[in-house]
Amino acid sequence: MINKIVQSMEDAMSGIKDGAVVLLGGFGAVGQPNALIDGLIHQGARDLTVACNNAGVGHVGLARLMELGRVRKIVCSFPRSSDPVVFETLYRAGKIELEIVPQGTLAERMRAAGAGVPAFFTATGVGTKMAVGKEHREIDGRTYILEHALKGDIGLVEAWEADRWGNLTYKQAGRNFNPIVAMASDVTIVQSQHLRELGEIDPDHVVTPGIFVNRVLHVPYGDPSGF
Amino acid sequence: MAIAATADFKPFSRQQMARHAAADIPEGWYVNLGIGIPTMIADYVPIDREVIFHSENGVLGIGPAPEKDKIEPWLINAGKQYVTLRAGGSYCHHADSFSMIRGGHLDLCVLGAFQVADNGDIANWATSENDTAPAVGGAMDLAAGARRLWVLMEHTTKDGSPKLVKKCTYPLTAPGAVKRIYTNLATLDVTDRGFEVLAMAPGLSFEDLQARTEAKLHQPS
Repeated sequence: MINKIVQSMEDAMSGIKDGAVVLLGGFGAVGQPNALIDGLIHQGARDLTVACNNAGVGHVGLARLMELGRVRKIVCSFPRSSDPVVFETLYRAGKIELEIVPQGTLAERMRAAGAGVPAFFTATGVGTKMAVGKEHREIDGRTYILEHALKGDIGLVEAWEADRWGNLTYKQAGRNFNPIVAMASDVTIVQSQHLRELGEIDPDHVVTPGIFVNRVLHVPYGDPSGF
Repeated sequence: MAIAATADFKPFSRQQMARHAAADIPEGWYVNLGIGIPTMIADYVPIDREVIFHSENGVLGIGPAPEKDKIEPWLINAGKQYVTLRAGGSYCHHADSFSMIRGGHLDLCVLGAFQVADNGDIANWATSENDTAPAVGGAMDLAAGARRLWVLMEHTTKDGSPKLVKKCTYPLTAPGAVKRIYTNLATLDVTDRGFEVLAMAPGLSFEDLQARTEAKLHQPS
């Protein structure tokens, strides 16, 4: 019997190695797998590369992970937030590496990784400093730059419902990066608000099929708050 | 840059600027509104004119802002404000949401900007080559991907420097992308010969406007 549901945070986090590339779902606080990020803080892996849209708020979650000196590099589109103090302090002190990626390119790089596409051409960033050093190609009269897939060793995802095969649904704008993080990661770890029996989620409503998911932890924390 | 003696004119308010842009959006368009003043445009599109508003975080069909006691904590826009979804609206993930942008499916995007050049170049994400922590978000995707890019911004900076320039001095968001600009002084199109003035604030002369604009202005041909 396949059962991807794990009973403890320790089981959810097992095997995450130093130097891992970790992809995070979430856009602001909505759909952000906060419990799993806290689990990663306790788990102890270091020298991480973290890719997600934002670079943490205040001194909790991702910001706390950075503050503890565990993140070597952050790949994101928008490091500013209502309180980006941790990131900005580390960045100014040269203690964290930053790769800024246009938001759509970030999303597409994850989808490409999940789809087995090693790189792709895009018009986004052409003629800007994002294009410096990248391969340019003219296709049908328009210039594009080459962007590479962004694969995760670990993906942390927040879902609304999950079953033991790892089929997932999301709630409203909580979907955001989560389905593509699930596709793009070798080991996808999910925190889900609700657990469902196999067959209970209408197949027409499954957004992330279980093939993209490795572990599911039940975390019924309620509604997101704070950005 | 010296500004010519000020005539007696009344700049457009932000609400008027948003109203001007809203009046030019026809029913049926799919539209992304940038964070800040452009978001206000939605307030001036009547609900019975079916314009479909998109947000980068996977929301298509955004409705009016929620009443305070009806906030849905899972439903935000790209500016991380609470929003509503109108009947017919839908959710998608980030790669599909940006496929709508990058695949040329949006009829229009309206962004704020630091500078726009008369060849349509836009600079709206960083004010220095060495920004402490530059934040681009979805601006480059929107500028390169939407079928039309309009800009809604003040005509000059707070200290009076022109924002409509011959060449952007700030890092570009996209080259040659802007088609129209709504400012507190004028509405302008970007054409092959540069900025064409479509409308001006009441009491403002063409010369007054030119004095506040670095690039050469043209009357509509």
